[in-house]
Amino acid sequence: MTPETTNSTYWQGVRAGAPFILVLVPFATLFGVVATEAGFTLLETIAFSALVVAGASQFTAVQLLSEHAPTLIVIVTALAVNLRMAMYSASLTPHLGRAPLGKRALVAFFMVDQAYASAILAYEKHPRWSVAQKLPFYFGAITPLVPLWLVFTIVGALVGSAIPPEFALDFAVPITFLAMIAPMLRTAAHVAAALVAIAVSLSLAFIPYGLGLLVAGAAGMIAGGQVELMQARRAEARL
Amino acid sequence: MRDIATLDIWITIVCLGLGSFGLRFVFLGLIGDRPLPGWVLRHLRYTAVAVLPGLVAPMVVWPPATGGALDLPRMTAACVTILAGLVTRNVLVAIVSGAAALYLMLYLVG
Repeated sequence: MTPETTNSTYWQGVRAGAPFILVLVPFATLFGVVATEAGFTLLETIAFSALVVAGASQFTAVQLLSEHAPTLIVIVTALAVNLRMAMYSASLTPHLGRAPLGKRALVAFFMVDQAYASAILAYEKHPRWSVAQKLPFYFGAITPLVPLWLVFTIVGALVGSAIPPEFALDFAVPITFLAMIAPMLRTAAHVAAALVAIAVSLSLAFIPYGLGLLVAGAAGMIAGGQVELMQARRAEARL
Repeated sequence: MRDIATLDIWITIVCLGLGSFGLRFVFLGLIGDRPLPGWVLRHLRYTAVAVLPGLVAPMVVWPPATGGALDLPRMTAACVTILAGLVTRNVLVAIVSGAAALYLMLYLVG
């Protein structure tokens, strides 16, 4: 493989992040619409998107606030929905843990599903990238995403409920995530992880506040790890 | 029309902002460059491929937009997205195929 410069991995990151504009724009717009309909001011809506930067958490919080749930419950639930970020953080640590503390803090602040998914896909494809190449890729991936997240939150808050439900914006999120997952299913272990997570998540769907997802995620990760181990042992036995 | 207390909203925003950052920073910030044990790495490889399908599965099977009823257009769109992603290994192609399938089915089924 030819050595790649910092600059080229930054632009690779931009190219990897760019497709997600298609889904992030409706998602951000939808948040602006929903928050405004719940009675949030423009400033509150913007502060939400700028400080929390987590769509699923933001939707959860707005929903529970309008149901007059106690503030503590709102915060805990919305954070539970976002617990997967802790798993992303752990999963990026082997790749970016050696970066300076300030840069790691920036990586953390801007961690969104799409940036994480693009980055981890690229890091697995290019195991020989150094931290100096991996970091720009990550920042490249968030470049087209985070500013638009804010801009279209504002657009949504301004256009309000002008978007009719026929546009089925609700399904923008599942389609994006499925599109990110499918290319990752390279090995039997990856497939096992996904299938186990789906089965557990569906059977625990009655558990509120996103806690079922935590169990499902852990179960899927264990399934993937075990299948990998079994395959490694089988390959060893053949030698 | 607004019946949510302003203070509650700002408390939520500030605490969620701090809490979300904490969740994102916990491992990257605290563990840093200390090497992780092999079994941890082996499981971390499957984080995304486990959590994201787990997150999406209930949205596909019981979409909130239809009040939780199984919905043919959304189910078709999900299957088309996965198939397109598996065949082309291209995220954008998968998204566009899924969206096209969704709108086509919504148009046909109504």
